[in-house]
Amino acid sequence: MNLDYFQLIDRIVALDLEARTIIVEAQVPPAHTIFEGHFPGFPIMPGVLLTEAMAQSSGWLLLGVTKFERMPFLAMVKEAKMRGFVSPGQLLTIEAKIEHEGSGFAVTSAKARVGAELKCSATLTFRQIPFPDPSLRVHMDAKANEIGFPLQAMTP
Amino acid sequence: MSSTFDQIATIIAETCDIPRDTITPESHAIDDLGIDSLDFLDIAFAIDKAFGIKMPLEKWTQEVNDGKATTEQYFVLKNLAARIDELVAAKTAGA
Repeated sequence: MNLDYFQLIDRIVALDLEARTIIVEAQVPPAHTIFEGHFPGFPIMPGVLLTEAMAQSSGWLLLGVTKFERMPFLAMVKEAKMRGFVSPGQLLTIEAKIEHEGSGFAVTSAKARVGAELKCSATLTFRQIPFPDPSLRVHMDAKANEIGFPLQAMTP
Repeated sequence: MSSTFDQIATIIAETCDIPRDTITPESHAIDDLGIDSLDFLDIAFAIDKAFGIKMPLEKWTQEVNDGKATTEQYFVLKNLAARIDELVAAKTAGA
């Protein structure tokens, strides 16, 4: 997890395009300036960042489904529930599933756990549009490589 | 069984918090009901699920942008209901 660059996802553990599911891991850093303010004496991951981590997990799944032809942009967050505190140094395991694939949009559900304990969940809607700039596609390709996106999963 | 219009009117009322009795077959989703593109995503999701279809929103939008269709053809609710009926019929025929 590189909070300074808003990269919340470290590694793709499993991607199943047929089942429309993904599992990723995200290592919360042991220290960061965010934790100095949120909160002094009781550092925890902000809920908005946990939501973003679930959104990025869903995003990688949607990129796989569209074979990187469309970039997913978060449009709606529903039923976001922060069920337990996430502390610095903990390892998040995030699962996402596509609930619906519409015309130019998709809906996912996502859950994040630390160990077996469910920490947060949400239903997320994304707009899916062709990459608005070639440099973004290049960036996403590089990030996909960094987090171990299984490109072979997209070949028939 | 309620009509297609009744079903989509109920979906719109519940999704956008619009009084059901203000929604008529002649209502234009955008011009009369003030539904924006984000709310319409929510409506499309609910309609897709309710009718087991995939409304081709991108195709419709492209046709409007290209001047090949008017927004009334797709977003006046009686016309939207007719489009949905066509999609359901096509799906049934292809099943």
